[in-house]
Amino acid sequence: MMLEFYGTQISSRLLIGTALYPSPQILSDAVKASGSKLVTVSVRREAARARSGQGFWEIIKQLDVCVLPNTAGCRTVKEAVTTARMARELFETDWIKLEVIANDDTLQPEIFGLVEAARILNDDGFKVFPYMTEDLGVAEKLVAAGCEVLMPWGAPIGSGQGLANPLALRTMRSYFPDIPLVVDAGIGKPSHAARAMEMGYDAILLNTAIAKAGDPVKMAKSFAMAIDAGRLAYEAGLMEPRDMASPSTPVAGTPFFKLGDAS
Amino acid sequence: MKILVNGEAMRTQAKTLGELCAALGHGRCKIATARNGDFVPATRRADTLIAENDKIEIVAPRQGG
Repeated sequence: MMLEFYGTQISSRLLIGTALYPSPQILSDAVKASGSKLVTVSVRREAARARSGQGFWEIIKQLDVCVLPNTAGCRTVKEAVTTARMARELFETDWIKLEVIANDDTLQPEIFGLVEAARILNDDGFKVFPYMTEDLGVAEKLVAAGCEVLMPWGAPIGSGQGLANPLALRTMRSYFPDIPLVVDAGIGKPSHAARAMEMGYDAILLNTAIAKAGDPVKMAKSFAMAIDAGRLAYEAGLMEPRDMASPSTPVAGTPFFKLGDAS
Repeated sequence: MKILVNGEAMRTQAKTLGELCAALGHGRCKIATARNGDFVPATRRADTLIAENDKIEIVAPRQGG
């Protein structure tokens, strides 16, 4: 089954950030190599007579992908809501990656403000993609506030630590079997992404691990393959791990079987 | 009058947000605006009056994660 957000099908399970690339060309090449059909973007202050936004927007339009604007850096409900509204007008989409940030060291989601902002934005017609912790209580409140997608962090943004709390992420998957779940942030290696996909996560959103790789284009491809592999494994059904060994080669017919000590 | 645009103090003769954006050279650019923390849609800039000490934000598309 294809990935679906708010009724829109997305043919790739890799969602990719557009920041931190060595050049606009490498950004374009990496997105193309990744096969991603959804990229995150942001809004920032534009200086007088500057045209920086214009140039960036042209690059993104040429990629012909869906855009998911974020509210990165917002620390209050009001900032996040106003930023979301500015982003909706700029990018002509009602999709918003909602970030309300609690502190600068961990860039941890400020969950109380997040839930409140999510409610305001959902009521205002937005389709909210909340960047959240892996807390089940928060997840329930976000769903009650109208969110039809949840995006728990794997680890702090840009840390590359992978899945810091796999148990909680597994629990969230079992608890919300029908809600698209995206691991957003903290992914450092393709194996981290594959692990989340093997758990049944629907998609991975990442930026730094690709943009800051020695070769971002090659890394984009590598993440795409890992995510496909993880998804395929989840659909195929993974074996249950066990404590003791169990022979894979048939025991029946083993040469010298039961001959006792022949020495 | 004295206002803050994107966190920086400046003086302007503009009476409306639309005039201010034009004066700052954003005329036909892809921007979005807020006045004193509230979003002002493009269609409302021309009739949004600016007052002394207003805090204006003018933003454009940018890279994001």
